[in-house]
Amino acid sequence: MKRFASIMVPAVIVGGIFLSCSGGPPVFKLGGVGPVTGEAATFGASTKQGIEMAVAEWNVQGGVLGKQIRLAFADDKGDPAEGATVYTKLIQQDGVSAIVGTVMSKVSLAGAPICQSYKIPMISTASTNPKVTDVGDYIFRACFIDPFQGTVGAAFSYSDLQAKTAAVIFDVGNDYPKGLAEFFRTKFTELGGSVVAFEGHATGTTDFKAQLTKMVRAEPDVIYCSDYYNDVALIARQARELGFKGPMVGGDGWDSPELTKIGGAAVEGTFFTNHYSKDDIRPIVKDFVAKFKAKYNADPDALAALAYDATYIMLNAVKTAGTADGAAIKNALASTDLEVVSGRVKFDANRNPVKSAVIIEIKGGEQVYRTTVYP
Amino acid sequence: MDSVINAQQIVNGLQLGSIYALIALGYTMVYGIVRLINFAHGDFYMVGAFAAYGAFYLFNAYLGSGGVLAFVVLILAMAASAAIAQLANRLAYKPLRYKPRLSSLVTAIGVSMFLEYLFSALPVIGPNPRGFPEIIPKRMFTVGSAEISNYVVIDITVAAVLMVGLTLLIRRTALGKAMRAVSQDKDAARLMGIDVEKIISATFLIGGAFAGAAGLLAGMTYPRIQPYMGILPGIKAFIAAVLGGIGNIPGAVLGAYIMGLAETFATSYNSLLGEGIAFVILILVLLVRPTGLLGEKTADKI
Amino acid sequence: MGNLRSSRLVTVVAFALSAWRSRRGNLPLPRLLTVAVLLYAVIQLLSRTGILNGYFMIIINRSLVFVILAVSLNLINGIAGQFSLGHMGFAAVGAYVSGSITTLIFMYTSEQVASIGGNIVFVIAIIVGGLAAAVVGFLIGFPSLRLKGDYLAIVTLGFGEIIRTILNNISVVGGPRGLLGIPKFSNFTNIFVFTFLTIVALRNLVQSSYGRALLSIRENEMAAELAGVNTTRGKVMGFAIGAFFAGVAGGLLAHLLQIAHPTQYGFYASALVLIMVYAGGMGSLTGSIIAAFFLTFLTEALRVGIDQLRDRVGIPVGTEWTMVIYALLLILVMLFRTDGLMGMREAKLLVIDERKK
Repeated sequence: MKRFASIMVPAVIVGGIFLSCSGGPPVFKLGGVGPVTGEAATFGASTKQGIEMAVAEWNVQGGVLGKQIRLAFADDKGDPAEGATVYTKLIQQDGVSAIVGTVMSKVSLAGAPICQSYKIPMISTASTNPKVTDVGDYIFRACFIDPFQGTVGAAFSYSDLQAKTAAVIFDVGNDYPKGLAEFFRTKFTELGGSVVAFEGHATGTTDFKAQLTKMVRAEPDVIYCSDYYNDVALIARQARELGFKGPMVGGDGWDSPELTKIGGAAVEGTFFTNHYSKDDIRPIVKDFVAKFKAKYNADPDALAALAYDATYIMLNAVKTAGTADGAAIKNALASTDLEVVSGRVKFDANRNPVKSAVIIEIKGGEQVYRTTVYP
Repeated sequence: MDSVINAQQIVNGLQLGSIYALIALGYTMVYGIVRLINFAHGDFYMVGAFAAYGAFYLFNAYLGSGGVLAFVVLILAMAASAAIAQLANRLAYKPLRYKPRLSSLVTAIGVSMFLEYLFSALPVIGPNPRGFPEIIPKRMFTVGSAEISNYVVIDITVAAVLMVGLTLLIRRTALGKAMRAVSQDKDAARLMGIDVEKIISATFLIGGAFAGAAGLLAGMTYPRIQPYMGILPGIKAFIAAVLGGIGNIPGAVLGAYIMGLAETFATSYNSLLGEGIAFVILILVLLVRPTGLLGEKTADKI
Repeated sequence: MGNLRSSRLVTVVAFALSAWRSRRGNLPLPRLLTVAVLLYAVIQLLSRTGILNGYFMIIINRSLVFVILAVSLNLINGIAGQFSLGHMGFAAVGAYVSGSITTLIFMYTSEQVASIGGNIVFVIAIIVGGLAAAVVGFLIGFPSLRLKGDYLAIVTLGFGEIIRTILNNISVVGGPRGLLGIPKFSNFTNIFVFTFLTIVALRNLVQSSYGRALLSIRENEMAAELAGVNTTRGKVMGFAIGAFFAGVAGGLLAHLLQIAHPTQYGFYASALVLIMVYAGGMGSLTGSIIAAFFLTFLTEALRVGIDQLRDRVGIPVGTEWTMVIYALLLILVMLFRTDGLMGMREAKLLVIDERKK
């Protein structure tokens, strides 16, 4: 009996808490998911800020469907099992009509089948694995997929930077950098260049000198690093210490104010592909950067921008659909044609966004627009 | 072979090993005396790094950049880590002192989780990585075919000084004698008039201070700090301590340098395997010599 | 849909088992079985009527998987007195092996075939996954012959990390992308059955003469050896059996989430299972079962509670504080219930009644 009591008491308590959530004026319930704790917490924090800011802006303008938007945000801890739990919670417990999130592909892949089976539209903010949207017709994403950025980076290195040899370094424990690195290698080789070193490193490590020594000694014209900014900054510093003077190229994971703060002079003269440039003259970009700064006292990074965009795309689809019905929202999403921070977004048949990339150069500690690449 | 083992890679390995050594020293000392795998040790190191970061920006304006500031930052980092270590000892480990050892270990995992999540949740710290200031200007020297920074020299020197200092403390002082007594038999030590709790407190204070120093040096060497930075180096340093014979001070340093070099060479041979090689070496060594390289053989008590 | 058929299957299997057991005449299996069937029926009923929604069901399913992980780790750490910090490594082997089998087979099969033969293939895949994990457990058991306590802990931690590193580098199973597209075969019914069978099997094992041999190794290995216990066999088999069930749990989880990823099986995840074993009480299967349920529900209660605090009471706390509270509670449990909730005791339901022999 004691055993039963021990199981049932917390269950009843939890149940009691759950049942107390109801009442108040009618609202449109939107779900948000991101890794707010755990080792991916830095990505989740930005994602949460981006979603919250977008929702707040919509609410100021009267919400959607004539109702205020209530955001239910859940932490997936960067873990697939937690992801499956929170997606189910948002749908079944909080009764959300649509979900924005999440960041890590492995977690999106656990959440997507749940959204698909309950017919709740989902837009991942930053999951680049092509398989995510393959799960079903309710699953969309706001970011590029792996092949695009790796290809753009390779073409830029080969043509614009005139690089004939490249060395590549990436996080082996994370599918995003690995995917980019592989597509870079494929494209760069295809263009006629040669990849002289292709080195992985462990997640969370701070010492990259063993790999970099090998890479620098191969004397590449360019180093391609597909990691996130926190690793990139250290890699750039250590590469410079080992005597590498050439340019470095990377992907949208570089976009963070911390890159130059941690990297200092070492990241001068480096380039990365991104969704947008902060000196873009489009008012929507200026607006976003200014408001984000005012609200959070920091420059937005790529994940914040993507989360902000994903929320706008989703809420716009709800507005177009004119109903909170999942199937209608899904159809509206599929025919999206919307100007957001990262450009004009349309979805292709696989529910991946078709949008241009820009190349950013780090000059004088600032991000400077270099060129735009169309898909 | 030159592509795998060369002068530069040896320098790289020594630098990595120095950081492991600094953490491993505190780890092995606490283990040697309290017999507790203190999983939170890596987090004490994280606390030290953040304290150094805070201290730098607090005193930068008054003290300018240079030796005095570096010294103040070092003292504050060591004090912060020592305080956290002592707090953990008093609140979480002391009540379990005479319970089965493995329950302290689980508590240590709890303390470790608590510190990581707390720092990540605190608004003033948060989960985002930060750049660490260059407290002492970094300089590069070219020696033969290798690029060496003054940090490598500093790290190795500090590790050596601390190792010698700790060895002397344990071998030559009254406190050290008491520590050795507690390490061998708590009850007998108490009967000899030693205040066991006081000795254990001192151990945590010193071990914590070491972690703080390691945090500062690691922050300077790899200028990126964040709340989860202690996990990986913590585990690696622990392995280094086991490799050298846990509880053995020179052993920890030896194990740390072997680990640093082995990891560097393995990574430069094939970077995809570098991650796991530390564990492979560890398992091989332990299977051949379970007490570690410098550990003493203990007989089973019947 | 398949629930009705599978619940019938459960009943048949359960009765077959109880008949077999009661013929041997020494176990109160019918009583345990009755409780299990009742529990199953109540949850299934509540789920069907919508009182327990999908969210509750996924928490229950995850709790059950944790029950298997916790009781099997308890066999190694609590009963046999070894110390494993890499339990999720075994679960990873089970998840990847069983996931590869079903993914491979059903990639080339039509949905019709899948719906007919699916459950059989699934059960076979789960068991093969468990066996693969057992082989790994057998190998990892060898260091336990020479190493003790802390050293063994760090070696098992190392083995767990090596398994993870290997998985990260095998591109056939997805490398860092994880093993994707695993068919969703796990549901409440089959997870419940596997959990029940695990508990029964481990209970019988622990309370058999073999289990007593394991206990004697924990209490005093040398004395056990002198008393004629084959300690080598005992320790290695303890690891292998514990690993088998961890592999089963891994397989169930992979088929529930439809993905297996190396990061799910790291040291951190192993530590969570370890915490369950300690919080429940070393050596007490009952304790592990309770702790697995309690801690899984606690995480969710904290998640909901924090939201409520913010939305209803107005205290500005974010979700990032849930894990801070979780860690704090864990420390408090360890301080105030050092021997775990149950200590070494077992619920009556899980004790084999000696008088009936």
